[in-house]
Order: sequence, then C-alpha cells, then structure tokens
Amino acid sequence: METLERILAEHPFSRDLQKPYAELLVGCAANVRFEAGEFLFREGDEANQFYLIRQGIVSVEIFAGPSGQTTITTMGEGEVLGWSWLFPPYRWKFDARAVELTRAIALDGKCLRAKCEADHDLGYELLKRFALMVEQRLDATRLQLLNVYESHA
Amino acid sequence: MNLMPENEVMPAAPHPMAPLPFRVQRVRRETRDTFTLELQSANGAGRPSFLAGQFNMVYVFGAGEVPMSITGDPADQDTIIHTTRSVGMVSQAICKLKSGDMVGLRGPFGTPWPVEEAAGKDVVVVAGGIGLAPLRPVVYQLLADRAKFGKVVLIYGTRTPADILYQKELAKWRSRLDFRVAVTVDRAPAAWRGSVGVVTTLIPKVSFDPQRTVAMVCGPEVMMRFVARELEARGVEKNRIYISMERNMKCAVGFCGHCQLGPQFICKDGAVFRYDRIRPLLGIREL
Ligand SMILES: Cc1cc2nc3c(=O)[nH]c(=O)nc-3n(C[C@H](O)[C@H](O)[C@H](O)COP(=O)(O)OP(=O)(O)OC[C@H]3O[C@@H](n4cnc5c(N)ncnc54)[C@H](O)[C@@H]3O)c2cc1C
Repeated sequence: METLERILAEHPFSRDLQKPYAELLVGCAANVRFEAGEFLFREGDEANQFYLIRQGIVSVEIFAGPSGQTTITTMGEGEVLGWSWLFPPYRWKFDARAVELTRAIALDGKCLRAKCEADHDLGYELLKRFALMVEQRLDATRLQLLNVYESHA
Repeated sequence: MNLMPENEVMPAAPHPMAPLPFRVQRVRRETRDTFTLELQSANGAGRPSFLAGQFNMVYVFGAGEVPMSITGDPADQDTIIHTTRSVGMVSQAICKLKSGDMVGLRGPFGTPWPVEEAAGKDVVVVAGGIGLAPLRPVVYQLLADRAKFGKVVLIYGTRTPADILYQKELAKWRSRLDFRVAVTVDRAPAAWRGSVGVVTTLIPKVSFDPQRTVAMVCGPEVMMRFVARELEARGVEKNRIYISMERNMKCAVGFCGHCQLGPQFICKDGAVFRYDRIRPLLGIREL
C-alpha cells in the first residue's frame, strides 16, 4: 500500500512542500474513498477538512431553486477540494458529491488551523497555495459567467 | 513537358466571385440552434477539393452570403458539409433550408490548419462551441493517418450538455484508445456525469508533451485568448499554437477590406493564423 508520505509527495498541492511541513501534513492526513453518488459534504455542514483528490470525479453542486440541483464545477485527480475550513464560520457553502468512485486524502483543517496559528511560516505557505487556487477558480468562474459560447465563434 | 494537347483549352478556374450551385442533400439538427447540411454539386462539376480549416462563402438566395467553415472529411470527394449556428439573418436562413433546396457556394478560401506540420508531434485540438466545426476535418485527418502523430487530444467545451455537437461521433472517438477526448460544459444539471468548468481548466489535466506539441484552437475569441495563455503556461511555444479568427467578412478574396485586421486580411491571410503572428491583434474589437 502507498504510504501517506508518498501520496502527499506526489500530489501537485503538496509535492514541493519543505520536509518538516510535509511531515506535519501527514500527521493531519487520512486516506478516504467515496462511492459514486456519495456526498463528501453537504451545504451548511461544518467544514473541518479539505481533500486532495487522487482519483475520480467530484461535482460541486448547489440547489438552485427552479433549476434544481446544479453542478457548478467538477474536480478530479490532482485537484484540491474545499477552503471553507480556512474561514469562519467554517461551514460548507456547497454540496460535493462523488460522480464516480473517488479516492482522496482528507486533511484535518481544524488541526491545520491551530498549527498555522502557531507557525506563521507554515500558515503563509499554505495560504499562498490556497490563494493561487482561489485566483484560478475565480478566473475560471469569470469566464464561465461570460457565457462565451452564446456570443458565438 | 507540356501535358496539355495544344488544341485543348485549360478548364477555366471558377471566378472567385461567382457562386456555384449546390443542392442540399441532407439536414441534421445538431442542437436547438445548430444544423448540419450536406451539399452536393448541382451542375455535375463535383465539389472542389479543400484543406482542413478552409471555408466557403455560402449564398442563400434572397437572404445573403456568409462565410462557413467546411466541416466534412477532406477525403470524401462527393459532399460539402457545413454546420451552421443560427445567429442572424443569413445563418437563420441556412438553418431553415430543407433537402432539395439550392444554395450558391464560392470557395474554398483561406489558410488550412497545419496538419502536415504536426506529423511526428503531439496534437492538441481545442474547440469551443461551434468552433468544433472547423476542426472536425482535422480530427478526420489525424485519425485517418493516426500512426503519423504522437498523442492526439481533443478538448471541447460548450455551454451545456445540450449544446454538444456531433454527439454520436464524439462517443465513437471517445471509445478509441489512441485518441483522448475531453469534454466540458459551463453548466449542467446534476445528472450530467462529465466535467463542468471552462475549457481552459482541462488543459493542465490532459497528457501531452508541450515541447513537441502543435495546438489548433477554434472558438470565441475570448476563449482562444485564454486557451493560448494556458497552453503557453504549459510550455507550448507561441509559434506552435494556431487559432482561427472567424470575424465577419464579405468578399473572401482580399478585395473589399471588410475583414482587415491591422496588416492582415482574415479572409486570405487566415482564417487560420499562427498565434505569435496574430497575438497583438487579438482582443481588438470587432470590425
Ligand atoms: C472564416 C469563417 C468561418 C466561419 N465558420 C462558421 C461555421 O462553420 N459555422 C457557423 O455557424 N458560423 C461560422 N462563421 C460565422 C458566420 O459567418 C456568422 O455567424 C454569419 O456571418 C452571421 O451572419 P448572419 O446574417 O446570420 O448574422 P448577422 O445579422 O450578420 O449577425 C448576427 C449577430 O452575430 C454577430 N456576428 C456575425 N458574424 C460574426 C462573427 N464572424 N463573429 C462574431 N460575431 C459575429 C453580429 O455582430 C450580430 O450580433 C464563420 C465566420 C468566418 C469569418
């Protein structure tokens, strides 16, 4: 079986972390798997983890009234799911559901929050990674909102 | 050596401004607003040969003339295929044509996709919306000569699952082990089991060697700008990215200047351009 160290050393989110930080992450990590259709989390639940996806597809969904349950984005191998654990009130704002069998590393956000408070270098390192991710998602969302295909090729 | 007997006259090339008559053989509804027409020559002259990426000027009697990419297989000697999205007067008239109706065609015009140049390399084809139509002939050629190329990838984005063109064909392509097809939509009901997100988000996820990749991109301009940026970020050189600038044009032969963009005439210097050459002009407002 692959060790958590190995998996974290290979995942794009954590592969270039300094060794002490990588070890610290291992201490907060657990291997998880979700069957197709299973929810990783639901809107409003406490957000105490985030997930490094190793395999599978997860859809991030919102219940949008008349449009029903709508998928906003999907995430797959190599991506990171969830940042609500970082910001009060630490609650999920969306649902996340495995579209197919999904394997991930769950990182304990509560434990990491405390460690980041105690070691700001670690906190800065993690926040830089999350800020980049948020920027990329915001860019993608802006393009999605532009509805580019409607304006036509 | 002159192969023409002296008393024979060279057949005159059709005048570039004179449309030739074609008859609609078949109409297929692709999506709510997009239709594919199969056309055959109505004067027995057959169809002119074309290269992947070229377009015709399609003339609908009583409505007008618009540029349309040729979307069939260059190896099929019989038929001309166009896929048209209804956006305005002429495209709407094209979408209303029925089998047996006549249209006039001028063409083919324009520069081709660099299929030959891509031999021996990985090929990444990125299409957005109706942009898959001009790229479909490339896919036919890549698959017909599959061993000539490295990895072959098609990345295709549309607004919703209902806007996906050529669904049966895509399913067939997806089942091939030597062709990676990645489709994504901007929004979807929860029942959709594919990817949701803009087309750029797929670029970091598919496997190809950026150092030896030729990329061909067609879609809305804003999408092509972001795709080119993402390809560059992955390490694909600007001079191996090609895009198709489908801005509006009139004469298609570089006379009228309607489609002039800086020093370039889209109709005769394009519509397919190398990205490093057209990049400074991308983002300039519609002409
Ligand atoms: C080389 C080339 C190849 C093309 N290939 C295809 C194809 O395969 N299938 C297809 O459906 N369309 C294609 N187009 C676009 C097509 O030519 C236009 O949609 C058509 O000319 C619109 O004419 P219309 O009379 O229907 O609409 P109009 O009434 O002229 O315009 C309707 C709306 O569409 C906008 N518009 C018109 N043309 C364009 C354009 N080229 N780019 C952006 N916005 C535009 C106008 O600003 C207006 O808002 C191609 C264009 C070019 C230049």
